[in-house]
This record gives sequence, C-alpha cells and structure tokens, in this order.
Amino acid sequence: MSGPDVAWYVAVAAVLFGIGALGVLIRRNTLVVLLSLELMLNAGNLALIALARHWHNGAGQIFALAVMAVAASEVCVGLGLVVALNRRNLSLDVDSLSELKG
Amino acid sequence: MNALVVASAGNALVWVVWVVAAFSCLGSAVAVISFSNPFYSALALIGNLASLAVMYLLLSAEFVAAAQVLVYAGAVVVMFLFVIAYVGPRRETPWSGGPSWQTIGAAGAAGALLVEIVVAIGMQASGSLSHDGKVGATFGTPAWVGRVFLVDHLLAFEITSVVLLIAAVGGVILGAHTRREVAG
Repeated sequence: MSGPDVAWYVAVAAVLFGIGALGVLIRRNTLVVLLSLELMLNAGNLALIALARHWHNGAGQIFALAVMAVAASEVCVGLGLVVALNRRNLSLDVDSLSELKG
Repeated sequence: MNALVVASAGNALVWVVWVVAAFSCLGSAVAVISFSNPFYSALALIGNLASLAVMYLLLSAEFVAAAQVLVYAGAVVVMFLFVIAYVGPRRETPWSGGPSWQTIGAAGAAGALLVEIVVAIGMQASGSLSHDGKVGATFGTPAWVGRVFLVDHLLAFEITSVVLLIAAVGGVILGAHTRREVAG
C-alpha cells in the first residue's frame, strides 16, 4: 500500500486519545463523559488496526473487534445507569454524584 | 512510464483521502467534547466514527470498518440518541465562566497523558513504523477474519459473547430495580 506511514495513523490515534481524555476530565454531563469514553476506545482501536497492518498480523483486528464488544457492553450498562439516575430524579452532573448511596 | 504516473496518482489519492479523514476525525472529536447540547455531541460522534471507518479501509481492515459502521453508528449512537431524548436536553456550557482550577487541572492531566503516549511510542518504535510492502489480498476480508476468529481465537470469541450477555443482564437488572423503587 502506498500512502501515509503507520506512524501517522498512530499519531492520529494518540491525539484522539488525548481529546477523549480531555473530554472525560473536563465535562460534567454523564452522557458526554460516556461519549468521550467512546472516543478513547476508538483511538485504541485505530492504533490496534494500524499496528496489525504494520506487523501483518490478524490478532490486532481480532482485538479491535473485542474492544467493540466491550464498548457495546459499556454503553448498555452506562446508559442503564443514566436512565436509572433519571428515574430517581437525580442530577446527571458527575460532580454531584459523589456518593455511592443515592 | 504510464504505469508510474498512474501509481503516483493513486498514491496522491490515498494521501488526500487520509488527510481528509484524519482532519474530520480530529475535528469531530473536538466537536464532541465542545458542544453544550449532548444531542449535537452524539451527532458529531457519527462523523468521527465514519472518518475512522475510512481510515480502517485505508489500513485494509474491511470487515472492521463495516462492523464499525454497523455496531457504532448503527447501534451505539442510536442508543445514545434515544437516551438523550429520554432524559431531555440538559445543557452544559463547557468553556464558559473562565478557566477554573478544575478545568486547568483537567487540561494539564490530558496533556500529560498525550505527552506520555507520544514518548512511550516514540521510544519503543522510533523510525521503525513505516510500511514494508504489501499484505496479502485476503488480509482483513470477512472470510479471513472469520477464520482467524473461529480457529485461532475461539476462546476470545466465546468470552466476548459472555461479556455481552452479562452486560445485557446488568442492564435489565438496573431497569427492573429502579422500576420497583418507583412503584413502591
């Protein structure tokens, strides 16, 4: 394949991970924190697939598919928690959710 | 000579597609964390996932690109949009009110994480991350992924299905528990 080196893809993945981490740390809305978590998982996936291409090895792509399944599970439980919080009329602000006891 | 021209034109096309995909990926990622309305953030995530799928195609990972569009844009983002519509719009202005110590600390921590990743990758693989030739024509196709998944990585496949089942059961338990609380 002609085109950009794998290093460029890994650089994009690193910057994407940084943006996702910034979103997780800076935002207070639970839903946006979950969305930023998806950004971080996707950055990991991009690095895995780029390095799988580099080493001509299938394990990276398999692991990326497993990460996708984990992301789907995380969304299932995380959005379940958001709906449960909303039903109890609790705030969705992560700064106010500082106690385990609702 | 003619073949050389065609090859360099194809090379330039790959670069153009890559630059467009990379910039739209990073731009929509910034949009995800910048919009005050979470609905728009979820819509920006669709653009991010689509441009990532383009980059997966450039890396000859066709099956993962298709799964990305189906699983993420088709299922995960639609779930997000449903829940955002269910809980109602809760606006939060991320960059207003001037920089607080929390914002500065968060930005510093994220920047430190980025520097750490760059240093770790650079020390591990400085200069060795360049393409070396072509991969086989079957690399990344659904048939190849299926064979690798079900022959070499069967245990990982089964564990993935168990993880998904446990997450589904957890979601149901969360929903049932709160319904009982509200009723009683």
